[in-house]
Amino acid sequence: MPDGSPFSVMHSIRIKGCETEIQCAEDQKVLFAMEQQIHIPNPRPVRVGCRKGGCGACRVKVTKGTFSTAKSSRTHVTEEEAAEGYALACRITPLSDLEIEPAFLGPRRPAAKSD
Amino acid sequence: MSQEGLLRPGIIQLRVLDMDEAITHYRDRIGLDLVSTEADGRVYLKAFDEFHRHSVVLREADSAGIDFFAFKADGQDAVDGFRKRVEDYGVAVDDVDAGEMPGTGKRIGFNIPSGHRIELYADMDLSDTAPETHNPYIYKEEPRGMRAQRLDHCLLYGPNLPEVEKFFTEVLDFHIPERVDLPDGTLAIWLTVSNKAHDIAFVNHPEPGKLHHVAFYLEDWNDIGHAADVMTRYDISRDIGPTRHGITRGQTIYFFDPSGNRNEVFCGGYTAYKDHPTRIWDGNHVGRGIFYYERQMNDAFLSVVT
Repeated sequence: MPDGSPFSVMHSIRIKGCETEIQCAEDQKVLFAMEQQIHIPNPRPVRVGCRKGGCGACRVKVTKGTFSTAKSSRTHVTEEEAAEGYALACRITPLSDLEIEPAFLGPRRPAAKSD
Repeated sequence: MSQEGLLRPGIIQLRVLDMDEAITHYRDRIGLDLVSTEADGRVYLKAFDEFHRHSVVLREADSAGIDFFAFKADGQDAVDGFRKRVEDYGVAVDDVDAGEMPGTGKRIGFNIPSGHRIELYADMDLSDTAPETHNPYIYKEEPRGMRAQRLDHCLLYGPNLPEVEKFFTEVLDFHIPERVDLPDGTLAIWLTVSNKAHDIAFVNHPEPGKLHHVAFYLEDWNDIGHAADVMTRYDISRDIGPTRHGITRGQTIYFFDPSGNRNEVFCGGYTAYKDHPTRIWDGNHVGRGIFYYERQMNDAFLSVVT
C-alpha cells in the first residue's frame, strides 16, 4: 500500500536540489512519500506521472543506499541503466537511507525493440 | 443504413508489464468480462454491452503502450476498398490472417505518420455473452466495478499531425468535430467515423507511437462518480477528475492502469454529424477545452504517455 504502515521501518530520502528531507517507509514507494510530504504548490523535485512505472516522468538515479524495485517499463530504464542505479521513483522502496537525483529524460526515447 | 464503410473502433491491443495485475484492473475494476486467455499469452476482454467477442487485448511485454487500434468495417468489400485507397495513397498495407485472434476474420494493417499501427477488419464472432436482442433486459448480469459499457475511443500522441489529418479524412473518411490550432500549427484533432464526438484523437508530440489514453464509456455522470469511488477504494492512480472536457463536452476521469497506461472513463459528449462545422480552440482558451472546470491543463496532459 502506498500509504506505508505506521509500524514499518522509516528511511530518510535526500533528493538533490531539494531542501526538504523525505521520510519513506520500507513498504512505501519513494514517489508516494514525496507526494505526501511535499505538497503543491511547493516545487516537487521529481515529476509525478502515471505512478505505475509506465511513463518515465519520475526517473531518478539512486547515488547512495539500497532499495528494492518493482517492474517498470524498459523504455525508461534499461537493464544497463538499472545496474548503474537508475530507476523510477514510483517503483522503488528504500532498504536504507537513500540519496537520489532527478534524471528525467525528455523527450523520452523509443523502446529499443517492439516489446 | 446510412453509415457505410468504417463503423466504429473495434479492438485495442495494449502492452502491460504484469498480466495478473492487468486482469484485476480491467476485469474487476473497470468491469470488463474476461473472454479468453490464449496460448501465446494474450488475454481477451469485452465490455458487457458489446455484441462482439472481444474489444480489449492485453499482451504482456517489458514496456507499456499500444500495439494497434482497429476499426470495424461493414463488410469485407469495404475493407478491400480501403486497402486499395491506402495503397494508392502510398502507404504499405500488410495482412493478418483470419484466426490470428480467436473468433476474428482477416485484418489489414498499416502504419500512419504519427508512428501508430491502425488495422481494419470486417468480421468477428458475436459474443456468447452478447446483450440480449429479443425482449432484452438492460443487462444479463449486473455490471461490475466501474460498469464500463464499451470501448469508446483512444487519444494517441505522435508527430506529423497534418499528414495524419489528411490521411484520416481523405483516405479513411473520418471527419473532424473539434480541433486545437496554435499559432505554430495544429496541437490536436478529434476525429470520428460515426457520430460520436470522437472515435480517435491525436495530439502533436515529438516521439512517435505513444498512447495518451484509452477510454471506456459509462452511462452517465452518476456512474463517473461511482467510478471515482472505486478508484479510491482500490487505490488506483488517478490523474484528474471527475471533471468535464470542453472539447467533446464529455464527463471524465483520467487514471492509470497498473502498467502506467492512462485510462479514461467517459460519458456524455455531443452527437457529431458530418455536416456540422468543426469547433476550433486557440491557445488562450485550450485549458478550458481540455478540462472545463479547472480551466487549465495539468502538467501531465501534454507529457505523460506510454
